[in-house]
Amino acid sequence: MRVETQVFEGGFSDSVLNAQNVFRALMDAMANPGRIVDVSDLTTPPAPLTPLAASIAATLFDHDATVWCDRAISGSAAAVGWLKFHTGLELTGDTAEADFALISDVNAMPSLESFCRGTAEYPDRSTTLILQIDSFDGADVLTLEGPGIKETQSFSPSHLPRMFRDQWAANRAAFPRGVDLVFAAKGALAALPRTTRITKTEA
Amino acid sequence: MTDLATYNFAYLDEQTKRMIRRAILKAIAIPGYQVPFASREMPMPYGWGTGGVQVTAAVLGPDDTLKVIDQGADDTTNAVSIRAFFQKVANVRVTTKTSEATIIQTRHRIPEMQLQAGQTLVYQVPIPEPLRFLEPRETETRKMHALEEYGLMHVKLYEDIARHGHIATTYAYPVKVEGRYVMDPSPTPKFDNPKMHMSPALQLFGAGREKRIYAIPPYTEVVSLDFEDHPFEIQTFSQPCALCGAKGSYLDEVILDDKGGSMFVCSDTDFCEDRQAKGHRGALAPEAGTAEAAE
Ligand SMILES: [Zn+2]
Repeated sequence: MRVETQVFEGGFSDSVLNAQNVFRALMDAMANPGRIVDVSDLTTPPAPLTPLAASIAATLFDHDATVWCDRAISGSAAAVGWLKFHTGLELTGDTAEADFALISDVNAMPSLESFCRGTAEYPDRSTTLILQIDSFDGADVLTLEGPGIKETQSFSPSHLPRMFRDQWAANRAAFPRGVDLVFAAKGALAALPRTTRITKTEA
Repeated sequence: MTDLATYNFAYLDEQTKRMIRRAILKAIAIPGYQVPFASREMPMPYGWGTGGVQVTAAVLGPDDTLKVIDQGADDTTNAVSIRAFFQKVANVRVTTKTSEATIIQTRHRIPEMQLQAGQTLVYQVPIPEPLRFLEPRETETRKMHALEEYGLMHVKLYEDIARHGHIATTYAYPVKVEGRYVMDPSPTPKFDNPKMHMSPALQLFGAGREKRIYAIPPYTEVVSLDFEDHPFEIQTFSQPCALCGAKGSYLDEVILDDKGGSMFVCSDTDFCEDRQAKGHRGALAPEAGTAEAAE
């Protein structure tokens, strides 16, 4: 397909109701860490963007959102063109100033601490990372506790950042500063807000 | 109200919704912390809950069922207007039944019935900063929250005890969320504070004039500030509801005549009507002859 066609097509068919639908999934996920929330495919973006990551982008990004994309995404003229046309986002090459990060290759991503954790007065001025993964049937099972979780919640994304437990413990220790994570798999998303504690890991 | 002839779904434009939605996600991730947002003009005056209305508008979808209460009642002018507004701009289902609602917008009360997982309670907040009456400067209150410097708040509550023999604050009684942020629960009676603790529902707070959004996720610790020698206590009522006979619900005094006659009835009208429909009768209930159904 020609790049121009890929860029202009494949957005929300109903920009108002589709965005509301995806936002509620995000809100539900953020309020219930580790819960898997189904979202049907509402966009058809060019690779390496996945439909759900692109839907999240179309829901949350605009010219007031500064976004860092990993090399696989920023290296695709079609993917960058799609994001620009459908969201109007501001791209940045600096992880430390990103409101959002869009990551297609979780294994190769920068460390969590290289992103913005906000300040003590404004901990909300931090990066929300959107990680494209395959599924929530990963080999490792994390046990989660914290606000939004009644007792415990098990969570097994197919991909996790390297040394995740150590990185996440450091993120948790910086509270109220910190980053928040959104995992976008095929047809379902889940979130880990900075408040969540990982109490156990089983392979 | 201004002309609503050309409005987007749920009134707000999409850019405003995105901005509010981003703030809501951050608010949920940092429980009790006040996220600044660029509040918009709404077709109703401040004091009518424009912050709560904006939060509801950003969250609401065609599958939702909305309930709006003011002081516990669904039929006050404020509640009726806001409900009608969302029916008009979002064509959303509305209800007065707490159990049927997916989103409940409230001013000054939390429903008596325990809220369920999946429900969202949206509070209208006039003054979101619990430290404001101690320190008028926003830069200073930000610093106090950043450093967890909440000593002044305790001093203020303790002055109450010195003066009145007990903590005199009965509305907007400050809470600490998840052991970190001191938060204003909006002008609800302190009677409602325990309902915020470990609630299965998501709680969102919107302050329109002050441009702040904050949140309490489900199953989150919410503790009312107190002292070892003066533990937090909720209001109690000496008599049950005159209409439904409920003990342990929050009661309002209703004037019956110009000779000073009055009765105390549940402020949560849905709760009270539901109990009456189930046969519970208070001392002044309209229908007689069903006293055996009372508790
Ligand atoms: Zn009653």
